Amino acid sequence: MSEENKIKLTINDKAIEVDEGTTILQAAKALDIDIPTLCYHPILEPYAACRVCVVEKITEDKSEIITSCNTKVKKGMVIKTDSEAAVGARKMNIELLMAQAPAADVVQKLAQEMGIEKTRFAIADPEEKCILCGMCVRTCQQIVGAEAISFIERGKNRNVSTPFGEVSEACIGCTACAYICPTECITFEDIKGRKVIHSEMTLGPSTAIRVPIRQAVPMVPFIDEEACIHFKTGECKVCANLCAKEAIDHDMQDEEIELDVGTVILATGYKEFDASRISAYGYGRFDNVITGLEFEKLVNASGPTGGKILCANGEEPKAVGIVHCVGSRDERYNEYCSRVCCMYSLKFAHLLKEKTDADIYDFYIDMRCFGKGYEEFYHRLLEEGTRFIRGRVSEISDIALSKEEEGKLIVRVEDTLIGAVRRIPMDMVILSTGLEPSMDHNKIAKVFNISCTQDTFFLERHPKLAPSSTFTDGIFLAGSCQSPKDIPDTVAQAGAAAAEALALADRGTFELEPITAEIDEDLCAGCQVCVNLCPFQAITYDKEKGISVVNDALCKGCGTCVSACPSGASQQKHFRDQQIFAEIEGILIE
Amino acid sequence: MSNEAFEPKLVGFLCTWCSYTGADLAGTARMAYAPNMRIIRVMCSGRVDPQFVLKAFKEGADGVLISGCHPGDCHYKEGNYNALRRHRLLSKMLEQFGIEKERFRLEWVSAAEGAKFQNVCNEFTEQIREMGPLSWNGGKNE
Repeated sequence: MSEENKIKLTINDKAIEVDEGTTILQAAKALDIDIPTLCYHPILEPYAACRVCVVEKITEDKSEIITSCNTKVKKGMVIKTDSEAAVGARKMNIELLMAQAPAADVVQKLAQEMGIEKTRFAIADPEEKCILCGMCVRTCQQIVGAEAISFIERGKNRNVSTPFGEVSEACIGCTACAYICPTECITFEDIKGRKVIHSEMTLGPSTAIRVPIRQAVPMVPFIDEEACIHFKTGECKVCANLCAKEAIDHDMQDEEIELDVGTVILATGYKEFDASRISAYGYGRFDNVITGLEFEKLVNASGPTGGKILCANGEEPKAVGIVHCVGSRDERYNEYCSRVCCMYSLKFAHLLKEKTDADIYDFYIDMRCFGKGYEEFYHRLLEEGTRFIRGRVSEISDIALSKEEEGKLIVRVEDTLIGAVRRIPMDMVILSTGLEPSMDHNKIAKVFNISCTQDTFFLERHPKLAPSSTFTDGIFLAGSCQSPKDIPDTVAQAGAAAAEALALADRGTFELEPITAEIDEDLCAGCQVCVNLCPFQAITYDKEKGISVVNDALCKGCGTCVSACPSGASQQKHFRDQQIFAEIEGILIE
Repeated sequence: MSNEAFEPKLVGFLCTWCSYTGADLAGTARMAYAPNMRIIRVMCSGRVDPQFVLKAFKEGADGVLISGCHPGDCHYKEGNYNALRRHRLLSKMLEQFGIEKERFRLEWVSAAEGAKFQNVCNEFTEQIREMGPLSWNGGKNE
């Protein structure tokens, strides 16, 4: 069967046998013969728009110039990709493209490779980049399934646009068209004003399937359901089709896994303070006002700029401000100190000094350099020439009052050391945002029956003596879910929590609290009031004896049964009725 | 006895997990509160037997406070709900005895609420000071 479907042909005097339905371009590729293309992409239906892939088809009596990307192979075909006629036609087509889109770099590059210096044809618009390859249109239709853009008009007016050139309702803002465009004619910014779905990233586009960060554990990509085109239109699945291991499954569902465990360590972490809550700082309004984590991404060698510190316009900043205590030590948001911000701000200042020539300003309330070697680092920064201004920034605006402030971000701050309000123009401002408990902290606390402090961080059993345990046995705390803390402190607490959890698990036995209930057999009338009251089902009714019995292993010693016992048969060890009566008498003695 | 010189005697039954820890926090945080509150620790607010409250009034307390974990936060799942039910019933009974129900309070104070405990103590003391000393028939015969 498969033998019948094989087709033999000759390309550049080399014979090859391929499956039926293969295109000439694919067959040539199998022979390592390079045919240049501009409008071809393996995931799209061929369209033969650029006509750069033309080849010569030779038959007995004539030769013909055909496009190789969309012509299927036929039995006994003889193809020349490098004949005079083929190359001539290709050069001519490239010259036509050079006239059509003089600003398209890929065309210029291809022309150079082919030895074409300039086009013979008239150039209509020297700024034009679009080569009308239709990759964007095909992507939008075939891959995304949105059909938001299409070719409009005809002849020399032909161009790509949304219906009537208006913002299209059909556009889902996936930016796939910008991604696929070979000439950068459609840019991310063109689509940005519309419904961009990559809301997470402000520092350039990211993909819907990605590894969260380069240091991620496990190092596995995930699909951002909100950004993924498949979940918008039901189409695409490009990643799944390309994955050789067939590891991508769009139909995967969340599953709940039940585990039997004896101890639990809570390490649920923190949430970054949402800087847009402080409207005076303009986060979200000004492109160059970024948060600490965004700067961290920017300065990362695997980040969007390859580790270069650049403003939104692509230029290196000349003055950078770092604002401390954003969302911390502020009655309006969080009263507590987030502890880590001073030190990471200093690190930013140091990185900025290392990588740029910018003037760096640190706006602080108090420098809190509490850790080992931290104060020394602060002194190093002072020597490096970072300008430290003591005072809380009141406003970041773009309203210029003088010529030198034009086009800059103006930081208004009261410099409390010189006693004056200053306006300092900046190119970039980094907000050192504080740490907040994650949103569902109260919910988690309920699940594990532990308490939260007023700012909803988890409450430890004792601030000094039991900083990683909780009031519930077997539940331990590690990291910033308990309070904001830096990495060394988190590691130390996590180690302690792990050791305590292991100590419990390793022993295999559990020490019971001595405070449990006991029932006096002689007094118990067997009324069973206590049996229904016990929240731990620790009391059972002994039918033979006609009395209720406490299971010491289950009893937690709350004493609910004791206070309900009508005959006083149930008593709580260490909290007997008589003991408490004596206590009452004692404290009320005149 | 004039009300100005009157210092009320208050008894507070605090659950060990939330309110007692909250009171402890008020202490470690050096929050001063009225010294009239005399605290008895119980494992759970559900342990507070109505007899304890009656005993406290009998021994000369002018007010009694039961304080437990916030609803849903009980270390023993539902002891504070039992306390709530008993408080309702006992308040009615106290009124029949001629004890104003304002003298018997139930509060929810969590382990983190040192400041709330401070407030509760100060407020309760002030309230009882205004009401005057406990007399078994509501002060009508005096």
